[in-house]
Amino acid sequence: MDKNKQTKAPVYEALERFRKKRVVPFDVPGHKRGRGNPELVEFLGEKCLGLDVNSMKPLDNLGHPVSVIREAEELTADAFGAAHAFLMVNGTTSSVQTMILSVCKEGDKIILPRNVHKSVINVLVLCGAIPVYVETKVDEKLGIALGTEIEKIQAAMEEHPDAAAVFVNNPTYYGICSNIKEIVKLAHERGMKVLSDEAHGTHLYFGEHLPVSGMAAGADMAAVSMHKSGGSLTQSSILLCGPNMDAEYVRQIINLTQTTSASYLLLSSLDISRRNLALRGRESFAKVRQMAEYARSEINEIGGYYAYGKDLIDGNSVFDYDVTKLSVYTQGIGLTGIEVYDLLRDEYDIQIEFGDIGNILAYISIGDRIQDIERLVGALEDIKRLYKKESQTMYCGKFIQPETVLTPKKAFYQKKEPVELSKTAGRICGELVMCYPPGIPILTPGERITEEITEYIQYAKEKGCSLQGTMDSKVERIHVIKEQNGRPFRS
Amino acid sequence: MEENSRMDIWFSQMDTENVKTSVRVDKQLFSAQSEYQRIDVFESQEFGKMIVLDGEIIFSEADEFIYNEMIVHVPMAVHPEVKKVLIIGGGDGGVARACIDYPEIQTIDVVEPDQLFIDVSRKFFPETAKGFDDNRVRISNVDGLRFLRGCQAEYDLIINDSTDPFGHTEGLFTKEFYGSCFRALKEDGVMVYQHGSPFYDEDEAAFRAMHRKVYQCFPISRVYQASIPTCPAGYWMFGFASKKYHPLTDFDPDRWNQRKIKTWYYTTNLHMGAFMLPKYVEELLEEEENR
Repeated sequence: MDKNKQTKAPVYEALERFRKKRVVPFDVPGHKRGRGNPELVEFLGEKCLGLDVNSMKPLDNLGHPVSVIREAEELTADAFGAAHAFLMVNGTTSSVQTMILSVCKEGDKIILPRNVHKSVINVLVLCGAIPVYVETKVDEKLGIALGTEIEKIQAAMEEHPDAAAVFVNNPTYYGICSNIKEIVKLAHERGMKVLSDEAHGTHLYFGEHLPVSGMAAGADMAAVSMHKSGGSLTQSSILLCGPNMDAEYVRQIINLTQTTSASYLLLSSLDISRRNLALRGRESFAKVRQMAEYARSEINEIGGYYAYGKDLIDGNSVFDYDVTKLSVYTQGIGLTGIEVYDLLRDEYDIQIEFGDIGNILAYISIGDRIQDIERLVGALEDIKRLYKKESQTMYCGKFIQPETVLTPKKAFYQKKEPVELSKTAGRICGELVMCYPPGIPILTPGERITEEITEYIQYAKEKGCSLQGTMDSKVERIHVIKEQNGRPFRS
Repeated sequence: MEENSRMDIWFSQMDTENVKTSVRVDKQLFSAQSEYQRIDVFESQEFGKMIVLDGEIIFSEADEFIYNEMIVHVPMAVHPEVKKVLIIGGGDGGVARACIDYPEIQTIDVVEPDQLFIDVSRKFFPETAKGFDDNRVRISNVDGLRFLRGCQAEYDLIINDSTDPFGHTEGLFTKEFYGSCFRALKEDGVMVYQHGSPFYDEDEAAFRAMHRKVYQCFPISRVYQASIPTCPAGYWMFGFASKKYHPLTDFDPDRWNQRKIKTWYYTTNLHMGAFMLPKYVEELLEEEENR
């Protein structure tokens, strides 16, 4: 990375030049620097509205960048150690989906763990690729899916030598990393591409003593959520490509679904955040790491809670752990993660990232201050004092990997019927069901529903998880594949 | 001529976005950014030396006695035997100084994370900061919540002297903080805390929230008032939260008067009056209690 060059922020600088010119707008957006919408100006600020402008020659065009955006993308690629980088304005969802659409066509196989984000399953519905799930080890106590074991992924590659790509979470939401270097080696030996979902891994590119980043490990593509640990605006994201990808083809894939009115607020936030990370990321993430480690030791000191970290590492299913994550197992005080999550918000005015059945996750980032960490730890201690329940036999709520019967696309477009949740066991699911966050599907289209799964969904609902994905907003009925003589209905 | 030689420099404290309190300043004696806050010291005609944290007057020579007397003597006139005191915040030393007049107090822990604040107070306000020199006083440079963690039934009196529910001390106006204080207090312990001002709309929400949280946490929770010129609206409130003693029915004026402590603001008559609140404040508090 050329630190001198990284002091530049071409999109931001172009916007500054543009602002000073005081150009009269006879183009969109129609609010015309906010004048047409004074209430919005009052709320968001004059400067913000003044920079909400359309693509034009001096500001380049995200769909076909030739000047400042191209330059910003080159700087981004350099900062992340990638051959090419794309600024993305439609969330990391679009980055993840572009990765898969770039390497998989209808009928191609993709090897992946089941604990992927819903955007992965959704794009499989769109493109018709066939998922080959690698069995994922589950930590029985924490109830969370771990990383991908090398022998298992190797077996999947051997069983499906025609697979087009391998998909890796680097890290998972909870901070768990697989041996991505070895996975890249095995995949590349077989001509398979490696896609790295780094929605929770921006900092891996800049921090020290952290797990290896996708690009450094040789992955072919990586989807990086700049807006999570990188500090850019919500919905902005970065897509990285390694040297063996055709960047212009990837751009075409992006343009299939990307807006033609890309927001310069998002683009400039990516530009400025990239510059900040390149210049100061190492120190910032050292501080984040320290804060998370401090919080972990303080929380473990309270007793009852288990804030896990590198102690989970077993060299295989947990090859490495991202210590900037603060995941805490809460059932030791007799409360589910979702209950603690709700208490923190309702009683202590503390919003954390999510709570699931067994755990909570607090997101620590470059914006945090140590006094806020003290609040979080203090609140967890107070929750234990006031709300602790004698450890009852709690449903451990472990991650379940269902049987795949149909591909997501086939199942999604199959004839379906709504069936009451409790009566769906044995049927094939026709839609997504998940808790959000974390947004990892409990059921995907084409999977066989079991009693264990319906019980899990029921329990999650009772405990207050926000269930989403189904056509029925209350998730009382699930659309399942219509059957004819006990077999999926053929349309 | 003398009038002309004075500069026209004013320090303004923004009480709200639309109201400010301005003090004519003779000169600025100090300015620095600590790890936690911006610290300024001004010399003024009307208020003497003032210390300003993040733009808010925390302490002025002219009116500091009101705050310090009210936050210390009120609980001391109620609790029959205070041995261990914890002061959270209190980097200026004023509260500690008011405590050292009581011989029965054995230890005074001052928990002030910002060492620079203490140093500046010692340098510019040696009279006040001499509270730190008493051998019963122990200073800890840590976060208040951090200090309280794991602390159980140790203190008779906790004084929350931290500055601002919106600044770096915002964690000291939270349910987790009050809960931690409750745990750190002995079974007859008392917590007093500065309760802000209820007058301006912007402060009202914080005022309400504070009372709601403390009221839910402690069996006894009353609010009292004082008139402090450099505070927003010149009107300041304190909270009295207690596990056992009521600030009026367990109040012992004779015992306190026998001590013959020299004061400028506090009297035992005023003690009673301070708990008699304006109607609108009573209503705010009652609304939170009935939530």
